Amino acid sequence: MRETAGERWGRRIVLTLLTLFVVIPLYVMVTSAAKPLQDVQNGFTWWPSRPTLQPFIDMWSTVPLARYLVNSLVVSSIAAICSVAVAIFAAFAVSRYRFRGRGVFSVTVLSTQMFPGILFLLPLFLIYVNLGNATGIELYASRTGLIITYLTFSLPFSIWMLVGYFDSIPRGLDEAAQVDGAGPLRILFQVILPAAVPGVVAVTVYAFMTAWGEVLFASVMTDEGSRTLAVGLQGYSTQFNVYWNQVMAASLVVSIPVVAGFLALQRYFVAGLTAGAVK
Amino acid sequence: MATSTTAPDADQREPRAGAPARGPARRPRGPRRSLLPYLLLAPAVVLELAIHVIPMVVGVWMSLLELTQFHIRNWSTAPFIGLENYRATLDVNSAAGKELLHSFWVTLVYSLLSVGFAWLLGISAAVVLQRPFRGRAILRALFLTPYALPVYTAVITWSFLLQRDTGLVNHVLVDQLGLLDDRPFWLIGDNSFWSLLVVSVWRNWPFAFLCLMAGLQNVPGELYEAAAIDGAGFWRRLRSVTLPMLRPVNLVLLLVLFLWTFNDFNTPYVLFGGSAPEQADLISIHIYRSSFKTWDFGSGSAMSVALLLFLLVVSAAYLLITNRRRDDHA
Repeated sequence: MRETAGERWGRRIVLTLLTLFVVIPLYVMVTSAAKPLQDVQNGFTWWPSRPTLQPFIDMWSTVPLARYLVNSLVVSSIAAICSVAVAIFAAFAVSRYRFRGRGVFSVTVLSTQMFPGILFLLPLFLIYVNLGNATGIELYASRTGLIITYLTFSLPFSIWMLVGYFDSIPRGLDEAAQVDGAGPLRILFQVILPAAVPGVVAVTVYAFMTAWGEVLFASVMTDEGSRTLAVGLQGYSTQFNVYWNQVMAASLVVSIPVVAGFLALQRYFVAGLTAGAVK
Repeated sequence: MATSTTAPDADQREPRAGAPARGPARRPRGPRRSLLPYLLLAPAVVLELAIHVIPMVVGVWMSLLELTQFHIRNWSTAPFIGLENYRATLDVNSAAGKELLHSFWVTLVYSLLSVGFAWLLGISAAVVLQRPFRGRAILRALFLTPYALPVYTAVITWSFLLQRDTGLVNHVLVDQLGLLDDRPFWLIGDNSFWSLLVVSVWRNWPFAFLCLMAGLQNVPGELYEAAAIDGAGFWRRLRSVTLPMLRPVNLVLLLVLFLWTFNDFNTPYVLFGGSAPEQADLISIHIYRSSFKTWDFGSGSAMSVALLLFLLVVSAAYLLITNRRRDDHA
């Protein structure tokens, strides 16, 4: 099917506009991270007056960025790994078994996606605080509390995507293994998981991103010691000054790993979404 | 595949494991087998209960209490006041009710516009990237970048662009193009709504693009070939092949995007800080502010419950309408 000239030009115009829309903020982030402080204070310039890497050095001492980074890394990695582990078992059950309550489970889990975070923020806040007072288990203002909270955030979508992946693995493989005497867990770990590795990795990255980017609970449920990047980056604005060059440098450092991970795995997300949406 | 000789999985098996059943693999119906799916689901269910469902039930209870700063430390002592919080916050004749109604309308218009534009950009990109050409993979990755960025870095960058004196937007509009004489404020006043909308569309549209791109992969090429042979032009193919085929994707996508945007807290919070300008006072920020600034968790919970009820009704209506349409077509 040939493309007409009109279609070609239409495509070019659409792509140019979209590219500009996406790229300009990214461009500003990158170039401003290499500007001296005067540049970002004296009005906007498209290019640094004299490019410098100083913001990348200063950003570590203006706020305790290293601590926030470690907190975010610990919280997001543990939350992602636990979330995916839990999701794998649940998705296996939904994909391979017909049981009473299967439909209810799927609908309930998916609908937790639409609850406004603010709805369970207040009670969860009070539950954590009161639990701490009553039993000494510190969930409020601790990394543990954040980990537990975050791992439930990505869970519904992870289960949904993994069910899609598992469904796409032929049942013949299960049955062959079953004939060979493999039990259900063996089928899961030796047949299904190896075939679903890309999906599991994609879902892990998704869970990591969810935790890495969460703002609301991070701003309420943390103190100076457990603060994550989501809240910590606001520290570059003081009452008198905003160190925009350092904000941009820190944003860049914080973004590159997740963006790289996501882009590397994007086609698996597309595959997972297709599998999930078509069902 | 797995021929089991040494594997220690005997505990998972029925007694007849020693002699694997040949022939059609029948699912054994021991009591263990029927319990297994529930055991597999248990961790997920327990976690969702603990972090979502129980807090929600507690939240409904809290909305019936006078849970002000005096009772937060020991909230079992907070007096039960029935629907008083609902009356106080939802009564449109009271000051609090007027504010809530205002922020409800702002949120509704914001969500509809944001989802609409995000979908429009998403479908445009998905359609023009459907055909292979040089550089397609790069553009696809580029377009997904705003979605991959952590929300706070993306929104902080936008708040830099929108600064009155040092931002790119005013630099281009005022200094370079000379379209405006005064440097407008973008983060306070009337403009703040539009700023918020642009940032939200920038963040949301890649997700629409991702889903629609996934949906387009399922459209068989022969449909386009057939349409082309019938002499269908670009718009006709879009209307008669692409959009109908994307219907199942669109149904889910539009609802999910709407719910996310309606509940969105991160974008306004990072863009404006804890207190958004009146023109962009989204409902989640409004509830957050009235809960934590005045420590009145009771009325905060009442507003949250009302919000959830509204979203449930919208989702149910949406699902009903779209399902009926689908039945009509079938």
